[in-house]
Amino acid sequence: MTGWERFLDTFFNARVLAKYWPDILLGMVVTVELAVLVVITGLASGLMLALLRTLGVRPFNWLLIFVVDVLRALPPLVIIVLIYFGLPSVNIVPSGFVATWAALALVLMAFAEEIFWAGITAVPRGQWEAARSTGLSFGQTLLGVVLPQALRLTIPPLTSRTIAITKGTALGSVVAVSEILGQASSAVSNSYNPSPLMLGAAAYLVLFIPVVVAGRWVETRFAWKR
Amino acid sequence: MIVEARGLHKHFGALHVLKGVDLLVAERELVFVIGPSGSGKSTLLRCLNRLEEPTSGSVVIDGIDLLDRRTDINRARQRIGMVFQSFNLYPHMTALGNVTLALRKVAGKPRDEAEALGLAALDRVGLRDRAGHTPGQLSGGQAQRVAIARAIALEPRVMLFDEPTSALDPELVGSVLAVMRELRESGMTMVVVSHEMGFARAAADRVVFMDDGLIVEQGSPGAIFEAPLHARTQAFISQIQRH
Amino acid sequence: MLDTFFNVEIMRAAWPILLAGLGNTLLLSATVVPLGLAGGLILALLARIRSRWVRWPLIAWVDFFRAFPPLVLLIFLYAGLPFAGIELGGFGCVAIAFFLNTGAYYGEILRAGIDSVPSGQAEAARSTGLSRGQTMAYVVLPQAVRNVLPDLMSNTLEVVKLTALGSVVAMPELLFQARQAQSLTYNPTPIVVAALIYFALLWPLVRLLSRLENRALRAG
Repeated sequence: MTGWERFLDTFFNARVLAKYWPDILLGMVVTVELAVLVVITGLASGLMLALLRTLGVRPFNWLLIFVVDVLRALPPLVIIVLIYFGLPSVNIVPSGFVATWAALALVLMAFAEEIFWAGITAVPRGQWEAARSTGLSFGQTLLGVVLPQALRLTIPPLTSRTIAITKGTALGSVVAVSEILGQASSAVSNSYNPSPLMLGAAAYLVLFIPVVVAGRWVETRFAWKR
Repeated sequence: MIVEARGLHKHFGALHVLKGVDLLVAERELVFVIGPSGSGKSTLLRCLNRLEEPTSGSVVIDGIDLLDRRTDINRARQRIGMVFQSFNLYPHMTALGNVTLALRKVAGKPRDEAEALGLAALDRVGLRDRAGHTPGQLSGGQAQRVAIARAIALEPRVMLFDEPTSALDPELVGSVLAVMRELRESGMTMVVVSHEMGFARAAADRVVFMDDGLIVEQGSPGAIFEAPLHARTQAFISQIQRH
Repeated sequence: MLDTFFNVEIMRAAWPILLAGLGNTLLLSATVVPLGLAGGLILALLARIRSRWVRWPLIAWVDFFRAFPPLVLLIFLYAGLPFAGIELGGFGCVAIAFFLNTGAYYGEILRAGIDSVPSGQAEAARSTGLSRGQTMAYVVLPQAVRNVLPDLMSNTLEVVKLTALGSVVAMPELLFQARQAQSLTYNPTPIVVAALIYFALLWPLVRLLSRLENRALRAG
């Protein structure tokens, strides 16, 4: 066998690929499920926290800022491990999936809250004053006048941060979640062949390159002068 | 001849901005270039230090062929000073730093010699006491004078001015024009693109009127301002007289 | 509960190895950050080249390494290279994987920074005879870095957090040591302590960044 054929046989072994591609496909489904859950819960809770912060209740805000700081300072893998290995000691036994989802959603929540908050405070005071002086309530002003303007500012940083965090779904493999990397890793150990890794890599690219390209488009479309 | 530009054409994509311009400037001459916006005056000026590459034609400054691939353009540019409409001072350096950067890096002068030369240049524009200030701490007129000092510190053979006072508040224009007048008196060869007609009348040796990518007419300030020969020149002059 | 998560004896016993882990985390960070910055600078400078033979592969490269999860890249190198006869060990794999990944991110940030410097700056510099390289080094880059410093710092924070991934390939950094201790004692205290150490290490930077980001968004 030539060197090239040996390379193909090792890294693109047809037999191994044929055997394990359904597993990788399953892994893709899990990855997507996890990512979608994280994005929805993370962004929604982040937005809610930012809106709550506008109420200006000091002790609540201090607690909020502290929690957000903790979630931004800790590596996501540490949070996953804390939840998965730590909670059982108080009789809460989350599955790997739940632990990963919770950890990533919390991290996204923290970053999203900061970004939404920065956006809201960046809207000029004059907007509030104008709206309130026409009789709109605090809530109406916030939701109808300020938030739409704030969202425009938040989209570029939010997009890149969200994409970065959804890639963290791969961390689930460390706590036995059968997403793409998890499936690929077991396939590699079972078959003593690295081809499933190539398949897994391809699966990630198929999922994430469109996301990154779309993200690039979104960022340029909403980018203002910097 | 310090400046010998012949047959200059410049295209920006489909736009034909310079349509065959010849400009010859003798030593110690001050040539003033006027014309409506879009006439190509800035482009012409920028071709003279190859900030713009002419599509065709030749540019020879002080005997150096700028368009020859073998010419070391960086060393050639030491002989050509340029002052920009928006000053373009380096915000992260002091005035002295701005003036001495090229002295140190291009002319290779050691630090103390560069600083001495830099302070002398700043002195010439009347801003020696601002040497340690950053551009943010200077008024527009002061900034532009520092920009002039930055250019003259390298002892160029010709100075190019691209609308040097257009971005200045009216009361600051005088200080910059005073420096330009002093330069002229000391014998500097200058090519100035500007709307400052009063300055042209007082100091220019020759006024060049450009329109639509070509030199329409040129002559002494008296001739151009009082008795222009071409209809377009007349139209332009009467337009600006009104202001 | 205090005894479960903050067990004092276990803390005392595990402290030395956790500290060693922290040392490795810092060592790893100190290696990867300059590597990433250097790689990013090369990418950002390459991005100035107009030729489409350079731009398209460059964009593909950057998008690839921003799309590809760093953990997958790491496992890929760690598990896959031995099959190609290359034995790199944990540190080598981490260094390469992070260099490729963070280089792409730093590259995008630096590219945006360089683009944000007005072209007049380079023109003025060139008109005084400075070469392209000198103009970049003395005039454009200093301003570019200043303009995107918050983003650079934010990315650096991410890189330090990324070192925790080394634990997956048995690199004895902080998280790895914590998990070892945890599995030996069946007690989560070491992980809690490791979390506290990460927090103590990174929180100042998080606070600083928060302030800078707010200011930047307000100015934008």
